Amino acid sequence: MSTVEHTAVRGGALAGAVPAMRRFRDQSPHWFLLLGMMLAALVMMDFTTWLVLTLSGAAMGAMLFLMASGMTLTFGLMNVLNLAHGAFISLGAYAGATVLLFWMNDQASASSVWLNLASVIPALLFAVLVASLIGWVFEKLVIKPVYGDHLKQILVTVGGSIILMQLIEVVWGSNEIPVPRPEAFSGAVVVAGIALEKYRLLSVVLGLLVYALMTWIIERTRVGILIRAGVEDREMVEVQGYRVHLLFLGVFIAGSALAGLGGAMWAMYEELITAHMGDELMISVVVVIILGGLGSIKGCFFGAILVGLINLYVGFLEPRLAAVATVGLMVAVLMWRPQGLIPVIRV
Amino acid sequence: MLANLLSGDYPRSRILMVILAIIMGILAFGPFLFPGVRAFSMMGMICVFIILVASYDLMLGYTHIVSFAHTMFFGIGAYGVAMATASWGKGFDAVLLGAAGAMVVTVVLALLLGLLSLRVKAIFFALVTLAVAFAFLSLVTQLYPITGGEDGMRVHVPRELGPAFRPLDDTLAGFSLPDAFAALLGNTSWQEVFFEVRITGRTLMYYVAFGASVLVFLFLLRVVNSPFGKVLQAIRENEFRAQALGYNTVLYRTAVVVLSALLACLAGVLFALINRYVNPENTLAFELMVFILLMCVMGGMGTLYGSVIGVTLFLLAQNYLQDLLKLLVEQLPPDSALAHLVGPERWLLWFGLLFVLSVYFFPSGVVGQLRLWAARSPRTSNTPEAVDTDEPRTQYR
Repeated sequence: MSTVEHTAVRGGALAGAVPAMRRFRDQSPHWFLLLGMMLAALVMMDFTTWLVLTLSGAAMGAMLFLMASGMTLTFGLMNVLNLAHGAFISLGAYAGATVLLFWMNDQASASSVWLNLASVIPALLFAVLVASLIGWVFEKLVIKPVYGDHLKQILVTVGGSIILMQLIEVVWGSNEIPVPRPEAFSGAVVVAGIALEKYRLLSVVLGLLVYALMTWIIERTRVGILIRAGVEDREMVEVQGYRVHLLFLGVFIAGSALAGLGGAMWAMYEELITAHMGDELMISVVVVIILGGLGSIKGCFFGAILVGLINLYVGFLEPRLAAVATVGLMVAVLMWRPQGLIPVIRV
Repeated sequence: MLANLLSGDYPRSRILMVILAIIMGILAFGPFLFPGVRAFSMMGMICVFIILVASYDLMLGYTHIVSFAHTMFFGIGAYGVAMATASWGKGFDAVLLGAAGAMVVTVVLALLLGLLSLRVKAIFFALVTLAVAFAFLSLVTQLYPITGGEDGMRVHVPRELGPAFRPLDDTLAGFSLPDAFAALLGNTSWQEVFFEVRITGRTLMYYVAFGASVLVFLFLLRVVNSPFGKVLQAIRENEFRAQALGYNTVLYRTAVVVLSALLACLAGVLFALINRYVNPENTLAFELMVFILLMCVMGGMGTLYGSVIGVTLFLLAQNYLQDLLKLLVEQLPPDSALAHLVGPERWLLWFGLLFVLSVYFFPSGVVGQLRLWAARSPRTSNTPEAVDTDEPRTQYR
């Protein structure tokens, strides 16, 4: 880059740092933005607050990642824009809440860690199961006829989202339902004088696990190779004797399952669920996948953490502007890099 | 003269023509045909929504741009008037100033949105507008001192457009259609069919909205049949080719976004004046945006007449389908699963289902289907161009 050479020629002690900064900014914009934001926040508040907020933001980001990864996966691999994704988030939340409140309420309200775990894990699994089953039906009935046509995808998935949310209200009623978090996961652990909420730590760990697993599957396994090849050239993979549609179906089900998992996690985080929670979360999900670059899993992860952090930081400084700051971040990134932080789509 | 007014774009279906004439007639003489308040306010909403949905169709149907920020511009118009009249009193100058301010904000925002996201990929626009509209909604909800937050604002309309204003001392005669039906069936006497209509400022306001809606509709017909409109449709069919022919597609797309945003803003201004109360739910909510989408698609994308049909159908369903479902529920055993499915609050479920089915089976909506039938029937088969339902031939990427 000519500007880099230009500054280097000017010399001086600081000049060595500036091109290095630039290279860092252009080569890994996601790290640049993340570190920049954390530093900026650190300047504006004291260290303990900053640490707590950063952890909370990371936790929120991890849950957002669970929800958003499904949508970015279906878009990146199948070129399907599923605006009914929010309905799957709601569905997961209600399925999880059903297990916690009605089927395993004794274990959930007990004060033993193991009994609590014995209710939370089935709740999460049930959320995944319900979301993937409905996802399977949804793909067959709603999405399959409109592959390759973005406009119709947007229309039918908006319609499908209405239907799903109405059905949720038919089954579970239209009032909001409180979902108390099991005792073992509420409260905080104190590390070096700083209180860190247990549930947030748990969601960060879970988010990282899912991220690692997804990256591993896509990049290292045979299924991942086939999926990537199918995206690249569908016919060629079919000629080799693979049924690409089955792969894509699997991807869609996985995406719905992740939305369900994220929804169930969010239900226990907020401790209150409504059928329309998916619509509200959908906005953050959309910001996350645009930020990261449509279709990129790595970008989605960083986007989710960024959105989680800015929500918490701005929420602390000026609570009313949290949503505006989130969208503002998206707009700023789009102006800087129109394709998102880590673009994968071919225009 | 009719060809001039409609810019040569006829309904091209006899049934459609009849339906449109009925809707037009009812709207034109509305206050003299329906005595109730409910019907009156619904007709006002139909007029406002025709502007809103027809301008949305300009983007969605004619250019294949999916925007989720149409309600944002609608809300800007409505809040512009509400805020202006709240601070400068109830006068026409305040209304005009508010409307002008709203228009300026609309143009700036629409330009930014268009230039920011239309150059990347068409699908980006849908997602970016979704996020921006949400941020706007949350801003309006949070800024309680300025916008009244969730409580919304009363709109102080000028006295001439309010219920207290009486331009005529006498009442006029009205002919009640619902009572006429009842009389035909022998349920009421024919004397009750005639009722007295008192012309108030609200009636005037209704006619302002009606006039604006007719004018905007004719204007849009002219736009889509002008060279500009043809370029839009060319971009819809094949963007690459339109570019190769030398059209700056980003410019055209941005222009259409700005134009339709401006009309949405105008609809918002009229809405504030006719409804006299604005809050985030009735102007900015995501649900309203989805409703606009439903109206546009079910009526028929890419046919402006479709927006008239779509709006009328949808608002009728919203107001009266619930009553119908209530009747249905009473026939069913109480508290059964079926009763929950058809409960009056579930009308949206059935509408959503209808919507998805119509996207699959009637992608060009009611109007497209009627035109197709008209083109197939032997009576009109001597007009071959009638087959053209404005249905896009290539897929949208």
